[in-house]
Amino acid sequence: MYSQFVDTGAQGKSTGQDASEQERAFQARIDEGISIEPKDWMPEKYRKTLVRQISQHAHSEIVGMLPEGNWITRAPSLRRKLILLAKVQDEAGHGLYLYSAAETLGASRDELLDALHEGRAKYSSIFNYPTLTWADIGAIGWLVDGAAIMNQVPLCRCSYGPYARAMVRVCKEESFHQRQGYELLLEMVNGTDDQKAMAQDALNRWWWPSLMMFGPADGDSIHTQQSMAWKIKRHTNDELRQRFIDQTVPQAHYLGLEIPDPDLRWNEETGHYDIGEINWDEFWNVVNGNGPCNRERLAARRKAYEDGAWVREAAQAYADKQQQRRAAA
Amino acid sequence: MSKDWPLWEVFIRSKHGLSHKHVGSIHATDAEMAMNNARDVYTRRNEGASIWVVPSAQIVSSAPGDKEMLFDPSNDKVYRHPTFYEVPSDVENM
Ligand SMILES: [Fe+2]
Ligand SMILES: [Fe+2]
Repeated sequence: MYSQFVDTGAQGKSTGQDASEQERAFQARIDEGISIEPKDWMPEKYRKTLVRQISQHAHSEIVGMLPEGNWITRAPSLRRKLILLAKVQDEAGHGLYLYSAAETLGASRDELLDALHEGRAKYSSIFNYPTLTWADIGAIGWLVDGAAIMNQVPLCRCSYGPYARAMVRVCKEESFHQRQGYELLLEMVNGTDDQKAMAQDALNRWWWPSLMMFGPADGDSIHTQQSMAWKIKRHTNDELRQRFIDQTVPQAHYLGLEIPDPDLRWNEETGHYDIGEINWDEFWNVVNGNGPCNRERLAARRKAYEDGAWVREAAQAYADKQQQRRAAA
Repeated sequence: MSKDWPLWEVFIRSKHGLSHKHVGSIHATDAEMAMNNARDVYTRRNEGASIWVVPSAQIVSSAPGDKEMLFDPSNDKVYRHPTFYEVPSDVENM
């Protein structure tokens, strides 16, 4: 999802026998639904896994501003510009809530940012695709934020208190993101033939990458079991992906758009939509740094950070000077 | 690589008469910037009528290990709760 590759340091989950008494007590608390708070004892692997998961999530929010930021100056009306600005600003906020949650686990903000800028940290594969037309802004809100909501709502009940609370804030803000995207596309499909074609083209390009957001298929997702036992993941990748598909296909029909999958059909028996094969080669390619925009995204992040260096230094120098003056007075 | 700006905890009081509530943290070089950053990050939807920012390093908190020492003494004082007392059911409004 927004954190697609969270290594738990273990394959499968650790079993009762080799766990220490402390670990068993910890697991018992989680099973009872008692939230884990920053100062509580926790297994080192739990702490590390969470830092990884929360920081991947934070990085995704931050890098996720780039594809949409690309269209702020070219929004077709003042109304749309205000909406897009507010949405992108929210994503910055989401990133900050999440960095703040990661810091409660002892992570340093600067170290997390360094890891991102040096390409050592992951962020969601979805943000390595380009936004070619205005309709892409609609498709991102509808599909990408839609998929994010699907993943984030269950995380409001995850075992780590600060993460769960950050997710509650995020989810409250997320729903306008999806709705503005859908409304944007609704306007386009009711516009000229060219506008409708543009909307269809956006769906064609964003559909599959959106499904890939949920991460590898369950069979290839070796860390799921441990994460589920720790309740920092509440549903498997395939479960969430299926829910997203079932929810989204009728919404596409309402728009009069076609899902770009010839194998898509309703399955009476299971009560779900069946889909064609996901192109996992493409997925791994993007994950491993070779998507259409990986290099561009990282370069943009680095430039923004480096260009801001003098501001950070000046602010610190000013604060130091003020403090010295107060001390001298 | 630069060093982290100091961390501040943010507390917001909503309009509904409740106490200030912890909402998260932000980084800032001084109190004024902490206030501005808290406003931008935690009150984009009119959530707050008042903001407190406190340097995280200044917060003293209880340790999980002290839980028994701190909270057990109140555990057996059932007479502090109204349900401890029996009042005949014909007595109304109590
Ligand atoms: Fe977000
Ligand atoms: Fe969003």
